[in-house]
Amino acid sequence: MSFNIVVCVKQVVDPDTPSAAFNINQDKLSVIPADGIPPVVNGYCENAVEAALKIKDSIPDTTVTVVSIGTNFIMDVIKKPLSMGADKMILVDDPNLESLDPFSTTKILSSVISKISDYDLIICGQHASDWDNAHVPMGISETLNIPCLNSAREIDIKPNEITIKSSIPDGYITLKSSLPALVTVSNEIGEPRYPTLKGIMQASRKTPEKLSFENIDIKISDLSPKMTLVDLALPVSNSKCEILEGEDDADSGKLLALKLRESKII
Amino acid sequence: MSDILVLAETENNYLHSTAGELIAAGRKLADELGNQVCAVITDDVDESSFKNLIHLGADKVYVISHAELSKGNIDAFVSYLEQICIQINPNVILTSRTYMGRNIGARIAYRLESGVAQDCIDVEIDKNSSRVIATRPVYGGNAVARFTFNQDDPQVIILRVKSFDSNEIDTTRNGSIEKLNISIDNDAIKLKLIETVKEESEGIRLEDAPVIVAGGRGLGGPEPFKQLEELANIFDGAVGASRAVCDAGWMDHAFQIGLTGKQVAPDVYITVGISGASQHMAGCLGSRNIIAINNDADANIFKDASYGVVGDWEKVLPSFTEAVRDLLKS
Repeated sequence: MSFNIVVCVKQVVDPDTPSAAFNINQDKLSVIPADGIPPVVNGYCENAVEAALKIKDSIPDTTVTVVSIGTNFIMDVIKKPLSMGADKMILVDDPNLESLDPFSTTKILSSVISKISDYDLIICGQHASDWDNAHVPMGISETLNIPCLNSAREIDIKPNEITIKSSIPDGYITLKSSLPALVTVSNEIGEPRYPTLKGIMQASRKTPEKLSFENIDIKISDLSPKMTLVDLALPVSNSKCEILEGEDDADSGKLLALKLRESKII
Repeated sequence: MSDILVLAETENNYLHSTAGELIAAGRKLADELGNQVCAVITDDVDESSFKNLIHLGADKVYVISHAELSKGNIDAFVSYLEQICIQINPNVILTSRTYMGRNIGARIAYRLESGVAQDCIDVEIDKNSSRVIATRPVYGGNAVARFTFNQDDPQVIILRVKSFDSNEIDTTRNGSIEKLNISIDNDAIKLKLIETVKEESEGIRLEDAPVIVAGGRGLGGPEPFKQLEELANIFDGAVGASRAVCDAGWMDHAFQIGLTGKQVAPDVYITVGISGASQHMAGCLGSRNIIAINNDADANIFKDASYGVVGDWEKVLPSFTEAVRDLLKS
């Protein structure tokens, strides 16, 4: 059987950027990328690519199409899913996307995906490490009116049917639905595979298909943001740490315990 | 009517601890707007739960009933909420950022073409627009954003667990309990729940632990986690780990706390050899008290900790553990 998977990925500011290098542009209410720290593919999105490639491992006639929308794409970064083994990539690159809200993101992604004929499965990371909106995948499932299966740690595909183990805090729920469907994943689906040399060579020969708003019948005027960002600030640390210092390290440890008891913390 | 609608989750026939938190947040908004807090709950619970919702601060309780709701089918919850919203037209919907709440909240917002703010740590009313201002950490806690809604119908807020304290139980409070007769389109239930499997884990689960002892790269290997476990056991707590630790294979990813991993908010979060990168802090900043043991005085963790020791954990931890054991015995 042939199988078509769409994976949504996002290019984000490296979440390991040290706090000290983190700055905010107050006029634009946006984050200024730190000098010399390139963006990355969002962690859970890499897990989503891995989930798709696992299916491709078991169903060889699988096509994995990666879709990303945004602006200022760094090709070496965003093409990583291709080096991992994905077949195709579609990029919607539009300067307007810099300031768009996630509801518009949902609308655009849904529109791109619905133009990919015969998709069987959409896989998304559970949330992105930048704005952590964590509702675009659910939004896509509602917009396309397809089942939404959350937090998959295992995915099993049968003709016209998907079964997942969905992670809950103390175990899992086995969920089943018909296809096409949308699945969200986190790191529990498994470590993203490293690009192989062959994969990197193949990816270097692939050119992502670039689409503009016109190609997907989206007008900026159709996109009405539902929320407005009014304030973006560095967090205020209100904690003043009291350092316990004894005669030696062992003594400090003891003093710490006594202090916690005295402050009724333990 | 424009009331505040709260989705009260249940667990093992009783209210989930987040129900009180949502009502407290709902109360804050309702008291300012002069409207009511209405809690939606499934009927598969002990009868006392309905009154408890009122004692916690709800004005009305709507009881809904369906086999799929009892199984925890998210599709069923979204369809029921959709019908309730058509009937009572709420101004705000509040859910918790739990497995159920974060998915139901996001889905109902899109179903109703509304706005939704995920992972909120505070909510307040904008005096000018009378709409909600939602505060959320973004960029893994490196920044805090405040959003307003551009429309009322309704404003969906998904609240971070433990960001609000439940109100004290007030048994003198009165309110109404109403069983809602709602019919939903069964075709809208696309998910089939086959089974729920509880996995036996040793000790308490991370999300419920009152005390968590978390270890980082500074521990140098998997062995020291036994010592962390020893300390955690004294408190009936749990052990957690940073991403570096899990990536290195010292601990399973199920123990990972952070932006990728679990978000926890225990009373006491004791870190050993954790530098406090924002990626990690995003998973534990809701903790009531953060305690740090680290050999680097400049480590980020000391910015968020309330008490700490700068020193070699191999010497600090055993004496700390010993002293804690003695103190808790007496």
